[in-house]
Amino acid sequence: MTSASLQTLAESLQARLADMITGLKIANGEISIDVPPDRITKVCLVLRDEAEFSFEQVSDVCGVDYSAYGKADWETKDTTTTGFSRGVCKDVFQKQDPGETHRLAVVYHLLSLKHNRRLRVRCMLENHPPMIQSVVNIWASANWFEREAFDLYGILFEGHPDLRRILTDYGFIGHPFRKDFPLEGNVEVRYDPEKQRVIYQPVTISNRVLVPKVIREDNRYTADEAEPPQPES
Amino acid sequence: MPEIRNMTMNFGPQHPAAHGVLRLVLEMDGEVIVRADPHIGLLHRATEKLAESKPYNQSIGYMDRLDYVSMMCNEHAYVRAIEKLLKVTPPRRAQYIRVMYSEITRILNHLLWLGSHGLDIGAMTVFLYCFREREDLMDCYEAVSGTRMHATYFRPGGVYRDLPETMPQYEPSKWHGEDDVKRLNENRQGSLLDFIESFTERFPMCVDEYETLLTDNRIWKQRTVGIGVVSPERALQLGFTGPMLRGSGIEWDLRKKQPYEVYDELDFDIPVGVNGDCYDRYLVRIEEMRQSNRIIKQCVDWLRANPGPVIVDDYKLVPPPREEMKDDMESLIHHFKLFTEGYCVPAGEVYAAVEHPKGEFGIYLISDGANKPYRVKIRAAGFAHLSAMNEMVQGHMLADVVAMIGTQDIVFGEIDR
Repeated sequence: MTSASLQTLAESLQARLADMITGLKIANGEISIDVPPDRITKVCLVLRDEAEFSFEQVSDVCGVDYSAYGKADWETKDTTTTGFSRGVCKDVFQKQDPGETHRLAVVYHLLSLKHNRRLRVRCMLENHPPMIQSVVNIWASANWFEREAFDLYGILFEGHPDLRRILTDYGFIGHPFRKDFPLEGNVEVRYDPEKQRVIYQPVTISNRVLVPKVIREDNRYTADEAEPPQPES
Repeated sequence: MPEIRNMTMNFGPQHPAAHGVLRLVLEMDGEVIVRADPHIGLLHRATEKLAESKPYNQSIGYMDRLDYVSMMCNEHAYVRAIEKLLKVTPPRRAQYIRVMYSEITRILNHLLWLGSHGLDIGAMTVFLYCFREREDLMDCYEAVSGTRMHATYFRPGGVYRDLPETMPQYEPSKWHGEDDVKRLNENRQGSLLDFIESFTERFPMCVDEYETLLTDNRIWKQRTVGIGVVSPERALQLGFTGPMLRGSGIEWDLRKKQPYEVYDELDFDIPVGVNGDCYDRYLVRIEEMRQSNRIIKQCVDWLRANPGPVIVDDYKLVPPPREEMKDDMESLIHHFKLFTEGYCVPAGEVYAAVEHPKGEFGIYLISDGANKPYRVKIRAAGFAHLSAMNEMVQGHMLADVVAMIGTQDIVFGEIDR
C-alpha cells in the first residue's frame, strides 16, 4: 500500500469515525485503529458498507494477551556488580505499551478488494469476563476465527451463533494461549494398561528455557520513519 | 406412523479422503446432507505459542510444518513479517530465488492436490502421474536445502545459501542398475538451474497429460461440474482467498494486486473461473501450474545472468561466513550472540501476507522489542475455507463431501496449527 493511499484512508477514517475510534496509527506501511469494544459492530458496519471504505472481507480475527508485554528475563539497561549472574532478573518490565492497563485484545484484519487496502482494528477489552460483540453477522468468515479466540483466550463474543471450543481437546480446561498458561500445559494423556483406557494425568515434563527473553534497545531502529535500505542488484 | 428422524453420521477422523484428521459430523436426510459440522484441532500443536518462547529464527522450521505440502511459502510469509519489522530488504538475487522456489512450491502443492483430489473421486491414474513430477521438484528442494520437505531455507534477510553448481545424482543400487542410473542422471549433469530449466521445458507437456486424463473425462465432469457452487458475493463473505476465490470469478491475486519481492517484474496471468463450482476450481489450479512454470522460467533466466549475494551482510541479523569466524574476533562474537540470543526486533506490529498455493497466508506478528516474538498469529487460508464447509455441502450427496474436501485443498497442518 502506498503512503498516499494510506494517508487518504487515514483522513477518511478520521473524518467519518472520529467519535468512534480512540486511536489511529500508521506504522510499517500499515494503518491500525483502536475502537472501544461497545462500538465495534457500528464501526465494522460502516467499514463494510460505505463506499469509501468497502472492506468486503475480514482476513483474520485473533485474540492477543498483553499481560506480559515488555516483560523480559534479563536486565539490560543497568549493570550490577554481583558477578556472572548480573543482569539476570526474572520478569523485569522494560517497556510499557498502550495496552498495559488492559489485558486482552481482539484484533481484526480487514481487506478491501475494491480499494486494495488493508486495515487493522484493535479492541482492548476491559470488562471481566472479557466480552465483545460478535461480527459474524457482518462477515460470515469471522465465525471460526471468533471461536478460536474464545477457545485460546477465553474472549466471549456476544451474539455468536455457536461459540464452542474449536482447536483444543473435547473437555479441555483453561485458555491455553493466555500468557499465564504454561507452555507445557497442565495435563497429559496416556494409555493406562491397568485401567485399559486412556487417562489424563498431570504433566510430567517441565519447560526448559534455552534462550532467555531479552529486550535490547537498538539505536538503528529508533528512527521509525526511516526508509528501508535499497536492495543491491 | 413412525417418526422419521435425520441420521447423524461420523466421517473421519481416520478416513483416507479426510485429508488428514478431519472429523465431520454429518446430519443426513437419506443420502442428502442437511448439516455438516467439522471438528478440527486433532493436529493442534500450538505453533503460535511455541513461537512465542523461541528466538525468531528457530521458528522458521515450525512454519514448514504448518502446511506441509507448500513448505517454503509458509516460511516466506514469516520471514517477510520479520523483515518488515526490521526494515530489511533482501538482495535482488535472494528475491528471485524466493520467487522461484515459491512457484516450485505452488506446483508441488497443486500436484499433490490434483493427485489426491483425483484419487478421492475415482481417478486413480492421475495420482501416479503427479507424483512422478513431484519427485523432481522434491529433488530441487533437496539440492538447495538438504531436505526434501521441511527446508528452512528462507531466512530473514535472504536465503540460507546460493543455488548449488551441481545437481545431486543417483547412484547404482539394488533397485537401479547402471543403465537405469545413467538414464535418471541424464538431466542432472549440470547445475541446479539447468535441472530446473529442463523441468520447465518438460512440465507443460505433463500438464497436458493430466488434462487428457481429466478435463474432458465424463466421470470427472459428473463428479465436479455444478458441485459446490459458490457465488462471488458468498465467496467474499466466507473469507475465500486464492484459487477458491478466483474459481468464483473474482480476479484477486496478491502477487498481482499487492506485489511483493519481484512479482511486479515478472510476466504471468491470473486464471479466473466462471461458475464457481469444483470443475472451475480444478481448471483454475491447472492453469496456475502453467503460469507458475512461466514464472520459474523467467527466474531461471534472470538468476543465470545475475550472480550476487543471496543474503544481507548485516552480521547482527545473519551469521558471518565460517571462514571469517576462524580469524576474526568480531565475527566470532556475532556468531555467538546470534546463536545464543538471536536478534532483537524493534517493537511494533505487522501483518505480512503472501499468495500461498491455497490462498492468502498471513502472519500477524507483534514484537515488544525482544529476541522472541510477542505474538504470532498465523492466518491460514484453509481455516476460512473449511469453515464454509457447512454451507457448501448442504443439499449435496454424501459422496460430494469428498469432492468438496478435495476442492478446498485442505491440509490439516495449517488449519489446526
